[in-house]
Order: sequence, then structure tokens, then C-alpha cells
Amino acid sequence: MDIFIRLLINVLEEGFIFGIMAMGVFISYRILSFPDLSVDGTFPLGACVTALLITGGINPWLACILAFLAGAAAGSITGLLHVRLKITDLLSGILMMTALWTVNLLLTGGTAIRQFFGMDTIFNWGPIALLPDGFRRVRILLMAFLVMIAVKLTLDWFFRTRTGLLLRASGDNGQFVTSLARDQGKMKILGLALGNGCAALAGSVMAQQTQMADINFGRGMVVLSLASVIIGTSIFRRMSFLRVTTMAVLGAIFYRVCLSTAMLIGLPTNYVQLLMAAILTLALVWGRVSAGGGVLRRGI
Amino acid sequence: MESKSEVIRLAGVHKRFNPATINETEVFTDFNLTVYEGEFVSIVGSNGSGKTTMLNLICGSLMLDCGKILLRGCDITGAPEYRRARHIGRVFQDPARGTCPSLTILENMSLADNKGGIFGLREGINRRRLDYYKSQLELLHLGLEDKTDVLVGALSGGQRQALSLLLSTMTPIDLLVLDEHTASLDPNSSQTIMELTDRLVKERNLTTVMVTHNLRFAVDYGNRIIMMHGGKCVIDAEGAEKSAYQVRDLLGTFNEISIECGN
Repeated sequence: MDIFIRLLINVLEEGFIFGIMAMGVFISYRILSFPDLSVDGTFPLGACVTALLITGGINPWLACILAFLAGAAAGSITGLLHVRLKITDLLSGILMMTALWTVNLLLTGGTAIRQFFGMDTIFNWGPIALLPDGFRRVRILLMAFLVMIAVKLTLDWFFRTRTGLLLRASGDNGQFVTSLARDQGKMKILGLALGNGCAALAGSVMAQQTQMADINFGRGMVVLSLASVIIGTSIFRRMSFLRVTTMAVLGAIFYRVCLSTAMLIGLPTNYVQLLMAAILTLALVWGRVSAGGGVLRRGI
Repeated sequence: MESKSEVIRLAGVHKRFNPATINETEVFTDFNLTVYEGEFVSIVGSNGSGKTTMLNLICGSLMLDCGKILLRGCDITGAPEYRRARHIGRVFQDPARGTCPSLTILENMSLADNKGGIFGLREGINRRRLDYYKSQLELLHLGLEDKTDVLVGALSGGQRQALSLLLSTMTPIDLLVLDEHTASLDPNSSQTIMELTDRLVKERNLTTVMVTHNLRFAVDYGNRIIMMHGGKCVIDAEGAEKSAYQVRDLLGTFNEISIECGN
């Protein structure tokens, strides 16, 4: 029984953290129909920026915000490559992802892993530190949940502002945005900035949870977040009372459940990437079948 | 006679597609057209005569090779489409292009109402303008005023086109461009949309350029008629001369040209 509770906590922890990224990828993939591969680079970017800042003695919450901004900057560059230099969406992402590998190495000082054990993180700084050390897992769960909820509520609010409506319209009907005397390209760049900002924020939280930044954190993040978004929006499609952001987070949790279950029944770790690819393939096919070919954008 | 102020002028326009290839097509060679304040111009002509290319040049979806486009005397030749959109409203043949299907009627109207303004982070839906939006929807006589929270994607083609027409004329514009906007609708809806267009154009005093394949619409509506062929205006009549035109006159000229071309 104990193992199940621990497993559940583990799944939720990771589900919340990856959920933050899934909400970001929802913007690029679902709203803008932009398969953004730069996420594989911006997730570890967030982690590396955080490691650098926290070892430099910066407040962990400030580190989170700066990580978000770093991701947003990287996302804007992906957008600029695509919009201004007319490079295809996939290639823009690949270019950014490749460039970020070097950026991340520079940030970690040339090592693959940069640890910051014993430093302040969002999990042990401020009021949360009042919880005794024995409740470390509870602290992590609670803080990850709080960050996730904060991102979710902010995005929910943003989607209802004028700029938010315009962003949603730009994925749906670019011509409509042009007719409103607005530059479609700018909306794409904005969407990619937000999406990658969320991915980097998720990377920052992940780094603080493990107290280290690993430049290999990013491996498989595109697949993971796409699968979360597609699973979330397909499974919970009929529940129109759920907001899309909630669906993305639930998708991420469901995805972690699948992975954990596979590990629990004895799948060797080496097979994880294969399993991730298989889950995304299934999700893509199933998503198309269950949506009848249509793209879901309801309930934002 | 009072001098008419010009709204849009195409001067010495050259446009060719696929230059320097075997598929090179010259659409316009030194094309000139001026549309004046208060004119409602109907443009007819066969496929490939350059009607839609001309609209695309005016709106900026296509850039010209040589020549000038002036909007109220202001050179907009190199301005991108979205900048011109502030002054030019456009309704497309495809009703899906003028509205956003995943947003509600109200959200679509709020966005269109804000055209040219700052979008920012204010609440997307302007509830204080709700009554105004409803009064605008009532003009359509389609009962949409009671469906403001319905997703636009759920509306019929005719309803969406009526809404597109309303959205493109919500803010003050210098020129309304109608690009075969009744062509993809059934005969009834197409008649309704045409009547609505005429009403909106008159009420709001809009200078309008309408491309249509429907010769009867071209004859019945508007105060100037142009027939285009091979990148030239073969008929250009206004006022009383325009009123005298009948569908069969147009059809006569149309067939004459077609025979010359060996069709």
C-alpha cells in the first residue's frame, strides 16, 4: 500500500511540473498549430538558468521568473526565425534546440550536470520551510501544485483578454487577424514566447526539485508535452466544464501514470524513450479518430 | 459640378506572375483605375481577367511589380496588408475567412470593434457595448442578436457571411472590398447578403468595390460598372449610363470578347 501512495505522490509531482510545460505547448501546438521542437532546449534552459542564479545566491522565486523570461526570449527567436526569415516551423525549432545546447553548456560552465545541493529553492524557502524536513515530499507536491495553479489561472485569464482572444484567433484564422489590422507574425512570436516561457519555468521547478540542472533534461520533452496535450484534450474533450489548461495538466498526469505503470511492471529504463514515442503515436492516432478529424479548441 | 475626392487610385500598375519562367503570365500592363468617394463599383469579367488580382493588389495580399497605389492620395504601394486593413474592410468569397470559428459572436464583434486600437490586457469582451452589438446584429434580420454567446463555427455560411460583412464595417473605413462575397452561398442567402450589403453601404455611406460573377447583381446594385478583360477595363460606365445597362448587354459584350479569344 505504501508503495502505491509513494508512487501516487511521485506521479502527481511530475504531473504538475510537466503540466506547466504542457500548458505552454498547448499554446504553440493547439492554438497556433506550430509543432515547436525548441521545447527540448528551453526546458533544460530553464533548469540551467536556475542553477546558475541559485548558486549565485538569487532568490529562488526570482530565479523562476528569470527562467521564464529566458525561455520566452528563446521562444521569440524561434518565432522570428519562422516569421521574419521564413524558415519552416519544424526547422526553426530544430535550429533553436541545437543552439540552446551550447547556451545550456555555457550556463552550466561546461559540465553536463550542475548541482546546487543545500541552496535555497522554492521548496525550502519562505513559509513552506515551516513544514518539518520529514514532510519534504509534501512540500514538493504542494509547491509544484501552487506553481502549476498560478500558471493555469494566469493563462486562463490571459486567454480572455483582448490580446488573448487575438492569439486564439490567429491560430484559427490568420486572415481574420490581418483584417483587424494586426500583424499575424507578431501573434505567432508572442505565442511561442509564452509557450517556451512555460517550458523553461517547468525546467526551473524540476531543477529545484532535484537540486541540480542536467543539460540532458530536455531529451524527449517535445514528445512528452505533445503527448500530454493530445491525451488531455482527447480524453477530457467531452467534459466541457474543464478548461483547456486543466485538460493539458490532466494529460500530463495521465502520461506519468502510463510511464510509472510500465516501470512498475518491470520495463527496463532503457526502453523509456521507445515507450514515450509509442504513447505519442497512439495519442496522435487516437486523438484524430476520437475528434473526427476536427481540432478541439472548445472551452478555453 | 462638384469635384469628387478620390479614395483609391491604381496608377500605371504592372503585375506578372511567375516572372522569367515558362509559366510567366502578364496580368496587368499599365493598368489605371480611380475610385471616387461614394462610388459603389461592380466589377465583372471572365476568370483570369484580373479582377481578384486587382483586389489583392489594393488590399496588399499581393505586391505589384511596378506602379503606384494611392489611398486618399497617400502612397500605400509598399504597405503590408495588415496596415492597409485599418482603412480597408474586406469580405471574402469563403465565409470562413472573415470570422473566427472558435470564438463566440460576441468575442468576434469585440475584436472587430477594437480594430486599429490597442489590444493590451483588458478584458476581451466589452460588456458595456453589448447593447450596441445587439443593435448591430438586429440589422441583419437573422436573429443573431439572441445568439451572442454561440460559437461562430456553428453558424451557417450565410449567417457567417452576414457577420463578416458587419465585422468588416464596424470601425470607420475608407474602402469596402467585396471579393465575390455571395458566390459560395445558395441563391436565397446570396440574395439576402446582397440586399444587406446594399443597405449597409447606403447607411454607412461606404465607398465600395465589389467583384461578382452575378451579372444581375452587377446591374441591379451600385452606381458604376466595370467589365474587365485581359487586364483592361472594357466597359466602365457610371450614373445614368450605368443604369441603362441590362444583363443582356453585359452578356453580349461578354460573349463577343469570349469569341474573340476563341472560347
